[in-house]
Amino acid sequence: MKKIAIEDLKDIATGAAFLGTGGGGDPYIGRVLAMNAIQEFTMPEIVDADSLADDALVFTIAMLGAPTVLGEKAACGDDLDLAIKRLEQRLGRKADALVGIEIGGMNSLVPVVAAARLGLPLVDADGMGRAFPEIQMVTFNVYGVSCTPLSVTDDHLTSLIVDTADAKSAEDLVRIASVHLGCSVVISSYPLSGAALKRSAVKGTLTLARDIGKAIVRGRKEGNPVDVLVDYLRTTPYYNQCKVLFDGKVQDIQRETKLGFSIGHCHLAALDGSDRTMEISFQNEHLVAREQGRTRAIVPDLICLVDRETAEPIPVESLKYGQRLKVIATSAAPIMRTPESLAVFGPRAFGFDEDFVPLEDIPN
Amino acid sequence: MRIGVDVGGTNTDAVIMDGRTVLSTDKVPTSANVSDGIVGAISHVIEDAAIDAAKIRGVMIGTTHFTNAFVERRGLLPVGIIRIALPSSRGIPPSTDWPEDMVQAIGQCHHMIRGGYQFDGRVADPLDELAVAEAARDIRARGLKTVAVTGLFSPVSADMELRAEEIIREEIPDVQITLSSRIGRMGILERENAAVMNASLADLSKKVIDSFRAALKKLHIEAPFYVSQNDGTLMSADFVEKYPVLTFASGPTNSMRGAAYLSKLEDALVADIGGTTTDFGMLSNGFPRESSITVDIGGVRTNFRMPDILSFGLGGGSLVHSEGGEVRLGPQSLGYRLVNKARVFGGDTLCATDIAVAAGYAQIGDRSQVSDLDEDMVKMGRARIHQMIADGVDRMKICAEPLPLVLVGGGSILVSDDIPGTSEVIIPQHAGVANAIGASIAQVSGETDRVFAYESTGREAAIETAKQEAVDRAIEAGADAGTLEILELEELPLAYMPGGAVRIRVKVAGDLSRV
Repeated sequence: MKKIAIEDLKDIATGAAFLGTGGGGDPYIGRVLAMNAIQEFTMPEIVDADSLADDALVFTIAMLGAPTVLGEKAACGDDLDLAIKRLEQRLGRKADALVGIEIGGMNSLVPVVAAARLGLPLVDADGMGRAFPEIQMVTFNVYGVSCTPLSVTDDHLTSLIVDTADAKSAEDLVRIASVHLGCSVVISSYPLSGAALKRSAVKGTLTLARDIGKAIVRGRKEGNPVDVLVDYLRTTPYYNQCKVLFDGKVQDIQRETKLGFSIGHCHLAALDGSDRTMEISFQNEHLVAREQGRTRAIVPDLICLVDRETAEPIPVESLKYGQRLKVIATSAAPIMRTPESLAVFGPRAFGFDEDFVPLEDIPN
Repeated sequence: MRIGVDVGGTNTDAVIMDGRTVLSTDKVPTSANVSDGIVGAISHVIEDAAIDAAKIRGVMIGTTHFTNAFVERRGLLPVGIIRIALPSSRGIPPSTDWPEDMVQAIGQCHHMIRGGYQFDGRVADPLDELAVAEAARDIRARGLKTVAVTGLFSPVSADMELRAEEIIREEIPDVQITLSSRIGRMGILERENAAVMNASLADLSKKVIDSFRAALKKLHIEAPFYVSQNDGTLMSADFVEKYPVLTFASGPTNSMRGAAYLSKLEDALVADIGGTTTDFGMLSNGFPRESSITVDIGGVRTNFRMPDILSFGLGGGSLVHSEGGEVRLGPQSLGYRLVNKARVFGGDTLCATDIAVAAGYAQIGDRSQVSDLDEDMVKMGRARIHQMIADGVDRMKICAEPLPLVLVGGGSILVSDDIPGTSEVIIPQHAGVANAIGASIAQVSGETDRVFAYESTGREAAIETAKQEAVDRAIEAGADAGTLEILELEELPLAYMPGGAVRIRVKVAGDLSRV
């Protein structure tokens, strides 16, 4: 993929919904924004992380806010431009390229919009290869890139520059500012060099999202989307450890909105007539899948719930009793599974009192 | 006494009801001009029941006419589309992601104007009134007859939309105006789409409502008439003329409400089995459960309050495929050709109805025509039919406890055995005209949805005021005060607003008075 065409957007959105593991926001708004930006401006050029000059300057760009608000009040476009411009002013240097922070959910396509508008190349990479709820849960942070200075903008072209000692403090401050600005803001953060990006990014994820989307569409034509999807995932560099953990029906959903997150559990009963059950716990994203109390897959490995017939990824807010789902778990990228990474977004970072065990080491 | 009418794409059904009693029913083909079919069906039921037209106290009509017109792009007006949201949402102009032919037909005139609210009701930007007036003059110059106005967060506060309506009215006195806050929910694109759809139907709605009026006049029925909306309650003729889009999906709603009425059940599963498809829905407190997902209509994304319906290809005319010891049914169907192509009606095509007759539980047509069928095949076909229904039950239920299943529609003869997950299976009398019955018993609703400041009013008083507003609106719409019940009461605290702002949404419904 050298450029992103309008025809690619649907596939990227579908793949991004899968990689969103239940969260990350509806990629639909991102898709229509990108469609209009490409029509009005240009098809963004996609570059491989490894082709970047070591001294190139790269920014991330993303939207942050409450999903219901983003559905009413998405980016206007100028706010994206301004976020980049303010960070450039702060650093006294132009950005050479943009990169996504989060390939899962709607932030897969926000960088496409910005790259189209500004004519900047977009690096085929991101900072997690999935979706996570907070700004510090990013490989750039794990591998020594500072989250700040970062810029926050809104549609009124309000802007602020944030400098903090660590990424978690930036998260706390930006979250509060976002509420005042209407629960929907643009942030450009983690300004990093080409060398740092090559060292710390999860590479190739934009292409992977597109190809996951394509696999699902192809599977639907062939009549076995889940099988085609799983076969494809096994050929990828990160998601190659891949299991269909469960084939079941939603028996019960418990959820509450706490501290701005959708937190809860979903219980599934097996469809094969056995009395097996599975419990999925989520905080925006699915974090752990347990069968009869035994962990089968746990964060940062990916846990995705898809419709068992169409392989359509089901977001947490659309889960309801009676849905028939397959639970697909895949390995996260190797750099997401190191001790340094696990300290930032491993099970204990989400309050689970257990250590991470890679999916492939957990007996079926 | 009252008359219920269902104007479907194929048939127009009519019933006369006296209290809970069905006096007579009739089914005629839907006519191209709508009116003739209605006149035919109603005159038959009046004749059949031998009553005086003067005794009719109300006529309730359910119709899929507007949905079909939109999907088929028939009789749509080009719309002046005004969005009050700048600088927000500039990246997604109106009619984004619509099918090209729909853009051509109705969605080419856009005006994006500064204004709108935040999620919590704060003003994001004051309304640019001069820009609204300028947009209105442009719309007038283009000769457009209908306008859709959508404001940022208008479900939280509709004031700017209302002000825009006044300004447009001053510039173009005779224009039709649709406000998004009257018909949609949060999600600006979906709500705007719904407003534009409604505006595009302005001309057709006048014609159709006029033809309803003409039909009733011809029949010397002077009683008022009402049209059912997607939540199963009634709109007055004047109201539906303004908001035809609210009739979308009233068909499945009416059949489910009819099923509730005929079975006397408030909480049940309903399967409407037709010739080609089965529509499954879920009744809760006598009303269909609403869908929580976005629905595409004619390729345009919306977030209407639609009943949560599961459709699959099983009906009386579903073709039977027997292969390698397996029997499958549908999704292909004989459809309207069932009556002459099915084996039991002397035809040569094996369909689901033939299986039910051959198995001995359905009495229709000539059983001797299917006496040669392989016994195992019939057994498997029967099992397959019941399995498909059981799957539908399983998918629609939101709780694990067994629930009664009510079957309506002509295809209900396909079912005879117990269905797992259900406490009982009920096929009420008159199940074939459940739609028209559902229309005839529809209630009138009143709704309020606005923000209260709990710190100044107190919670109790605020909720009481909101309930009273909803009740007043229902009575104004023709409801009998004694029968009003609260269907929904929602409190949504708007965080970070001074004064303890809470959005309260109340919906009440009751029977029509005087019928």
